[in-house]
Amino acid sequence: MFVQLYRIHLNRRSRTLVTVISCLALFAAVFLGAWLYGENGEITNLQLRKLPPSWEQPFGTDWLGRDMFARTLKGLRISLMIGLSAATASAIIALILGLAAATLGKAVDTAVTWLIDVAIATPHLILLILIAFACGGGAKGVIIAVAASHWPVLTRIIRAEVLQLRSSAFIHLSAKLGRGPLWIAWHHMLPHLLPQFVIGLLLMFPHAILHAAALTFLGFGMSPHTPAIGVLLAESMRYLSMGLWWLAVAPGLTLIISVQAFDILGNSLRVLLDPKTCRE
Amino acid sequence: MLECRGITFSYDKNHKKLFQDIDLKINPGEIVGMPGPSGQGKSTLAKVLSGYLQPQVGTVLVDGSPLPAGKNPVQLIFQNPEHAVNPHWNVRKILNEGGIINPELSKNFGIQNFWLDRFPHELSGGELQRICLVRALCSNLRYLICDEITSMLDALTQAGIWHSLLQEIEKRQLGVLVISHDNALIARLCSRVVHFFEDTGK
Ligand SMILES: Nc1ncnc2c1ncn2[C@@H]1O[C@H](COP(=O)(O)OP(=O)(O)O)[C@@H](O)[C@H]1O
Ligand SMILES: [Mg+2]
Repeated sequence: MFVQLYRIHLNRRSRTLVTVISCLALFAAVFLGAWLYGENGEITNLQLRKLPPSWEQPFGTDWLGRDMFARTLKGLRISLMIGLSAATASAIIALILGLAAATLGKAVDTAVTWLIDVAIATPHLILLILIAFACGGGAKGVIIAVAASHWPVLTRIIRAEVLQLRSSAFIHLSAKLGRGPLWIAWHHMLPHLLPQFVIGLLLMFPHAILHAAALTFLGFGMSPHTPAIGVLLAESMRYLSMGLWWLAVAPGLTLIISVQAFDILGNSLRVLLDPKTCRE
Repeated sequence: MLECRGITFSYDKNHKKLFQDIDLKINPGEIVGMPGPSGQGKSTLAKVLSGYLQPQVGTVLVDGSPLPAGKNPVQLIFQNPEHAVNPHWNVRKILNEGGIINPELSKNFGIQNFWLDRFPHELSGGELQRICLVRALCSNLRYLICDEITSMLDALTQAGIWHSLLQEIEKRQLGVLVISHDNALIARLCSRVVHFFEDTGK
């Protein structure tokens, strides 16, 4: 009976592990594919214009005969990179502000809490467009805009987590058992914060990628010279009425799949890292 | 001797004083009982005596000197052991936080080897309380404050824990304060009872 129960639990853990590995493999495949195809997506071939998806061109070709599969892979790689940079920058801002709010006293805490409230109250897309516009568009503008608008939620989580830890009985008790502040920070605080931070970071990727794509689609982001997924989608709009549906469908679907994969990855890691669920 | 002199405490300035001008002495090897209904400030006094809270007035002296900021010869055992352990640590790491574990002590308290790789939520309240006791007892303590440490447990577990603990107290001549709303338990364990928190008709 117990053995059986344990097996079922083990199975859930292995299933989660398989999910995590599949997501990682998917991202590896995107980067590897983009690298293998290289500049193939830039080659125009006027004999192969406007072809619907087939075995040779799984995502079809565009109005210049460029292979949409190669273009999508490259676009996805650009979008992932931008999402990654923006989310990482945002998470680091969140870490610094969250730690500062929780440890540097009342005045800093009030200031950070006020900043969080203001940032959350401002409509997201307007903030994004304003910042991207102010930074002059381009990849840099998109990264700054996304990074500057996504930190509040994680900041709030980290601040609350540190405040709660600092008032926990087991932290005070550790000091009474003779442990110093650095030992406590390293052994008690960090293992609590790290999963929160990593999961917060992972769950920020989907937002970062989608917002970067949205900005680009609306024309405030990357130029046609950096063909991110948002650029591909914006271009495809002009040809939709001509019946070239595959130009929008294939890149759109891959974008949704990668965003979903990050979401699944973040939530699976949450299950694996929590001692209450990690044995299941 | 663990000694507190003229202690007054309130959680903030506007708040009413939970207790005022309290004097208490606990000699090594002595078990002192402190009964009283809940919500009167017993746990708060326990935290003052073990250095978790600073009194507004008065001092706590242990063998003549004030309580140190770091490693404390006065250890507090909490009513809820699950708050006293890091939920992300396994039992082995929790046990070793206070110092090197004495295997004989851990055997006396019935700590099983297969618990060592478990996380706190995989143990019962009684098992976890034993672990907190062994951890504290391995830390060179001289005084022990037991704040309702067996109130959440059934009678049998309660008896088992106190049996092991009494042996250790006797052997090491620890000074102990037993806080409980259970007068029968206090009568059975303690050689002296202090009445700071009796029903005052409030
Ligand atoms: N951290 C705290 N801040 C403010 N008030 C508190 C705090 N802890 C306890 N109290 C209040 O102090 C009173 C005494 O609590 P406590 O010492 O836990 O009593 P007891 O252990 O006798 O039940 C209660 O009214 C409680 O609400
Ligand atoms: Mg209490």
